Amino acid sequence: MITIPYLTALTTYFSYGLLFVFGQFRDFFRKIVDWWLGSNLQGYAPICLGLEDFYTRRLYLRIQDCFGRPIASPPDSWVDLVERVSKDNNKTLQRTAKISRCLNLGSYNYLGFAAADEYCTPRVIESLKRFSPSTCSTRVDGGTTTLHNELEEVVANFVGKPAAIVFGMGYVTNSAVLPALIGKGGLIISDSLNHNSIVNGARGSGATVRVFQHNMPDHLEKVLREQIAEGQPRTHRPWKKIMVLVEGIYSMEGELCKLPEIVAICKKYRAYVYLDEAHSIGAIGKTGRGVCELLGVDTADVDILMGTFTKSFGSCGGYIAGSKELIQYMKYACPAHLYATSISPPAAQQIISAIRVILGEDGTSRGAQKLARIRENSNFFRSELQKMGFEVLGDNDSPVMPVMLYNPAKIPAFSRECLKNQVAVVTVAFPATPLLLARARICISASHTREDLIKALEVFSKVGDLIGIKYFPAEPDKQQQDEGRVKLE
Amino acid sequence: MASIAMDMLKAASDWLTFVFDAPFARAVVFGVNIGGHLFVEGLLIVVIVFLLSQKSYKPPKRPLTKKVCQGCLAAKGLSFCIFLTFSVGLGCVVPFETKKKNLIWAFLFLLHFHVLILYLEIDELCDEWVPEPLIPKMTDEMRYEPPILESAAGSHTLINGTEVINFASANYLGLVGHGKLLEACTESLEKYGAGSCGPRGFYGTIDVHLDCEARIAKFLGTPDSILYSYGLSTMFSAIPAFCKKGDVIVADEGVHWAIQNGLQLSRSTVVYFKHNDMESLRDMLEKVTKGNKRAEKLRRYIVVEAVYQNSGQIAPLDEIIRLKENYRFRVLLDESNSMGVLGSSGRGLTEYCKVPVGKIDIITAAMGHALATEGGVCTGSARVIDHQRLSSSGYVFSASLPPYLTSAAITAIDILEENLDLIMKLKKNIGTLCRGLSDIQGLEIASDLASPIVFLRLKKSTGSLKGDLQVLEDIAQHVLKEDSVLVATSRRSTLDKCKLPVGIRLFVSAAHTEDDLMKAGESLKRVAALALNGHD
Repeated sequence: MITIPYLTALTTYFSYGLLFVFGQFRDFFRKIVDWWLGSNLQGYAPICLGLEDFYTRRLYLRIQDCFGRPIASPPDSWVDLVERVSKDNNKTLQRTAKISRCLNLGSYNYLGFAAADEYCTPRVIESLKRFSPSTCSTRVDGGTTTLHNELEEVVANFVGKPAAIVFGMGYVTNSAVLPALIGKGGLIISDSLNHNSIVNGARGSGATVRVFQHNMPDHLEKVLREQIAEGQPRTHRPWKKIMVLVEGIYSMEGELCKLPEIVAICKKYRAYVYLDEAHSIGAIGKTGRGVCELLGVDTADVDILMGTFTKSFGSCGGYIAGSKELIQYMKYACPAHLYATSISPPAAQQIISAIRVILGEDGTSRGAQKLARIRENSNFFRSELQKMGFEVLGDNDSPVMPVMLYNPAKIPAFSRECLKNQVAVVTVAFPATPLLLARARICISASHTREDLIKALEVFSKVGDLIGIKYFPAEPDKQQQDEGRVKLE
Repeated sequence: MASIAMDMLKAASDWLTFVFDAPFARAVVFGVNIGGHLFVEGLLIVVIVFLLSQKSYKPPKRPLTKKVCQGCLAAKGLSFCIFLTFSVGLGCVVPFETKKKNLIWAFLFLLHFHVLILYLEIDELCDEWVPEPLIPKMTDEMRYEPPILESAAGSHTLINGTEVINFASANYLGLVGHGKLLEACTESLEKYGAGSCGPRGFYGTIDVHLDCEARIAKFLGTPDSILYSYGLSTMFSAIPAFCKKGDVIVADEGVHWAIQNGLQLSRSTVVYFKHNDMESLRDMLEKVTKGNKRAEKLRRYIVVEAVYQNSGQIAPLDEIIRLKENYRFRVLLDESNSMGVLGSSGRGLTEYCKVPVGKIDIITAAMGHALATEGGVCTGSARVIDHQRLSSSGYVFSASLPPYLTSAAITAIDILEENLDLIMKLKKNIGTLCRGLSDIQGLEIASDLASPIVFLRLKKSTGSLKGDLQVLEDIAQHVLKEDSVLVATSRRSTLDKCKLPVGIRLFVSAAHTEDDLMKAGESLKRVAALALNGHD
């Protein structure tokens, strides 16, 4: 749980209040001007709703330059950031020819497969030449190539399930598979901080959705008991099936899922477990097999394993792994398999090659080194940040670490100051997080060197002092401690 | 009589109260006269002890497990404690009125007993509940295995070592395997790597994305456009970004699943009109707006596809525009199968129907068809596009399109603009194939003659979608096995709400030769004549 200091909460509310009041002021004058010029809607309702649009116009646009920064290089440990200028007060941004080389702490390049790779890239280009970038067809019609079948086998093997099915986009994997798995009369119990794709998938399925408090197995059990006892709303018929949706690593919290406890509860109450390993597959665990391996959960106990290839494998797409029958049924019923173009063959090859490297099947130990490096890097960076007094969320071993900023003004301040010092970071605010809990999110990669991380820490320390986000007292260095003792004596 | 009985009862109760009160009439705790309270308290304790001494409740069929029994005991203990605290607490506060008080006690007692039973019941219910299996029982139709391609999905491809003519890929312009496209992809792969490793907001925007958006907007003649990383996600993200609860959508009943899903996610009021029937559309618009003053304040949309994936028909855009302007609706148009195909320079349905592109509010298109790459694009006014950059879930919450596919899209448009004869060739090919299939037995062409999807449906349905599909599937299998022509049937997901008849789909490509088209026509005719003998 995040406990926000009173003073910070007060100032944060005050800041948002101020932004809101000024925004309303400006809207008021805008309305007068519009009225003066005459409406041009001609009987149509405005296409963007007032309050939703208000946030974009009056809050987001002010700090637009901190988001969507274009790059002109692969999203590797260092990126070429294209500088942008605004001539109309940040309303629009124009690209310039200027480029600044920055340390990248924002991309999900956990294992460093984003840039050209000595093993993967030649194979990817070979596949491109053989299979062209797209099949222009769905998997059931004429979009299944030998590469697709190979990919499904490799993935199933890697995650430890009998079979797997792949799709061309991670988001679609969640939002198109869930409706095929569960429907009316079913119950979905979802973690309160699940990704939007899961939320949309659950909503699209027609099943009843209940939420349990983020990563709290006790609350999950309570909700399960209540719901089983109560049955379906109104009719009180028993639920057809219950599915519990959790993520391996929560991307905005950096927390690992309490999988062993959750799986035990689900087993007790016969609920199915759907685990989204978007951020954890490839990135954690001794051989990169994700949160199941790290926390010692048998993959046979998790009914449906889902994951994406965008992050650790440096490609695109997503997979579902499960029993042979489940996958066969997905191939029959899932709309993404029937209606969407199949995953691009070169992207499929990238995944196959990346998994081969991770498993050491390329004949080197690069994969093992990468896995060791990301773990080392993550734990080093996290502990150093904590020592400096930053409020860092998440668990050890997780390569995602949010640093709390709270105040809205600190969001652009942190982002811009870091950028000035050649460090590219991601800041996240409402609506991706609750209003009060704005944060910066750091994603560590295996391709970061120790020097990179030390440079980043120096910059963070400087910027942290400048804008005041070291909410905890710094842990004194050993040297200082010793000196203190000497003085006392 | 009644009054006598009442009097007697009253007297009896007064007497009882007196008897109970007598021993403790002057009992005072913390300055409060507690009267007969202690007696009642004692009585209740006796009852509880009696209850506790009883065997726990056992359902007739199955005894409770050991764990559950411990749970019951704990619940009993807990409820007892709560009861005692409550009774003592209330006893001190509530003024001395025995009858009322007794009522309260009885109520509290029942309540606790109820909680106790409830706990037992939940345990039992949890124990008894048996979920359905995760997936339904496997049937034969679920075991369908698609053909496996051993080479690129061009107009000719390899299946099981034999070369087949491919009519299953929407490679309309024949750009699969195009040299320039491969070159651009290779260059991009070497420069940017394969994936983008992040959503557009967080360093997943690569300069080619911005170039591609500008290129597509320029090509279509719109102010701006936005890229999605998958064709399927384009519609189901764009629709909920603009339609919320309460808004009104009039949609064609034949729209494909991505649009259906978008409509469902938007939670708007959705009304369907008959497939490609303008009379029905007018009726629906009239019905929705007439006498509904609130409708004026709501956002109103017509959702149509340019070339319907489910039937191959082309939407009459000029008529739709007339209706839209009359009833003040906005139009969402899906150009997935018409961009790069319809119109003299491939700008889609707007060019084909000679409607200015600005009249359509939101245009979406999948790039996995004519452009021979992946991803999707949405185009429209700057306001429409900017709004999506923060409100469209498939854009905000998903990793961006791999850069090499983006480069491919740019190159594909360049190729298209330089080779307008590709569109002419495609048009000619569609004509050739349609002519070749015109007198096919048992089947009829349901698609428009300009549509690149040639859709053959059964003249006489077997009565069920399943049966129809089986017949068509047999034809497709025979055509592939005997004549090496790969055609696709329109398989439907169990989630698809489209009720249009199923059929055989042939995706015509500019890369098909005259011979290919003749052969496909001949083959289909021959197999259909065998399979559908007597179906006419």
